[in-house]
Amino acid sequence: MLKFECPNCKFIADETELSPGGEAHITRESGSSSDKKFSSYLFERKNPRGVHFERWLHQFGCGKWFIAARCTFTMEVFGTYSAQTLKPPGALLRKIKSRRPEWEGFLK
Amino acid sequence: MKRYSVFSLFREAMRSNEGWEKAWESPKPKSSYDVIVVGAGGHGLATAYYLAKNHGITNVGVFEKGWLGGGNTGRNTTIIRSNYLQEESTAIYEKSRSLYENLSQDLNYNIMFSPRGVMMLCQTEHELRAMKRTAHANRLHGVKTELVGPHRVKDIVPIININGPRFPVLGGLWQPRGGTARHDAVAWGYARAATDLGVDIIEKCAVTAVIKDKNGVSGVETDQGTIKTKKLCIVVAGHSGELANMCGFRLPVESVALQALVSEPIKPVINCVVMANTVHGYMSQSDKGELVIGGGADGYNNFTQRGSFQHVEETVTALIETFPIISRLKNLRQWGGIVDMTGDRSPIISKTPVEGAFINCGWGTGGFKAIPGSGWATAELVADAQTQELAAPFSLSRFKEGRMIDESVAAAVAH
Repeated sequence: MLKFECPNCKFIADETELSPGGEAHITRESGSSSDKKFSSYLFERKNPRGVHFERWLHQFGCGKWFIAARCTFTMEVFGTYSAQTLKPPGALLRKIKSRRPEWEGFLK
Repeated sequence: MKRYSVFSLFREAMRSNEGWEKAWESPKPKSSYDVIVVGAGGHGLATAYYLAKNHGITNVGVFEKGWLGGGNTGRNTTIIRSNYLQEESTAIYEKSRSLYENLSQDLNYNIMFSPRGVMMLCQTEHELRAMKRTAHANRLHGVKTELVGPHRVKDIVPIININGPRFPVLGGLWQPRGGTARHDAVAWGYARAATDLGVDIIEKCAVTAVIKDKNGVSGVETDQGTIKTKKLCIVVAGHSGELANMCGFRLPVESVALQALVSEPIKPVINCVVMANTVHGYMSQSDKGELVIGGGADGYNNFTQRGSFQHVEETVTALIETFPIISRLKNLRQWGGIVDMTGDRSPIISKTPVEGAFINCGWGTGGFKAIPGSGWATAELVADAQTQELAAPFSLSRFKEGRMIDESVAAAVAH
């Protein structure tokens, strides 16, 4: 079972206590964006086999959102951080890079 | 290819079974193919077979990273039905189901199609209303289903508990010509028949990169070298995102783990397929006597082919309420497959932003039933045939155009 440390309440939460919220760091396009950008924002996803950044809700805990970096293939959790973050923190990116040297890095 | 028949069976019985041929060859890949299909699962093999059979395109290479039929084709719960809500869906799923009826004869391979009937339970008022609507839609689209009452459900499935307490059975959507088939045999049968028509199936050979020039696709890099092709057909289910990434575009698809399990074998207790969508579980009995149980999908991206333990618990808890008789059975084994989910829970059979690259994906949790129809439709698309009516509604552009084929609300459940 997946376990994450919630960065909001510092509790180590089981998967059953959380709700998955899909890919993180997606730019929310507005009505004035181009059709291509808007449909890409609505539908297109990275869906990587490997390092993934995703939103989780600590539903049966503090009730707050956070972002987790996880490997979708080995289920290794690299770390979690606040949902009010535009980009993954540098320390976490360095940690992932050391664990996964072949990783291409965080791309939008 | 020597045909399988009662005479070949007799002949081999008389000579210690020494004359059986390999069902399909393991050739070295050629340096170029007219069409390369990535993925030797049911959908990929069916695509190759119908390309050769219906369109005369026999210079086809099917490349498979693992072994033939080792992905979701060998991991599903083998349910075949076509009782969908939307017109586009019923067209392709009913085409598929009707092809299954004679597939053993067509392929000269016994796929053990068993039209034992599929019962979709209605366990809430809303579900009853939704299924009534589906039954009407099915009638309009020429798919034979009927809405039956709780006592008819009990007649058809004597082991069911229709009285609840949590979710009493209020009725069911009964498709008498739905059923099951032997999933491995579907892949093997297509592989054998396609090989006979000249298709090369190359197992344990991963496609590692897609080569493009200014006209689009020009070839692929594989474990066994560079292979040229002008047409690339990606049929890799859960790993579609990886292949799309190689081509340089993204898909409206997320990969999640879907689980299934089988119980220890028991004497025959249930002679149709029962799907309980509200409580999220479906069950049928295999010819060996095992109860084949399908459960829920994880809510997050996952490539582990395992799935979360709590989903097994949820599925089993729900099914025990509906079938109290199974409560003492042991779980024999449990496994997961990586399914590719689209937002509207309908598949994608489409050209892609890269010229010459085609994709067949997004079958989500219900691809097995669609194998023949999907292969048929994809072959029409790849061969640029006159009629492409089956595939046309499932193009990638439907997302941008807001032209969803919404089966997700219709089923109110993964299906």
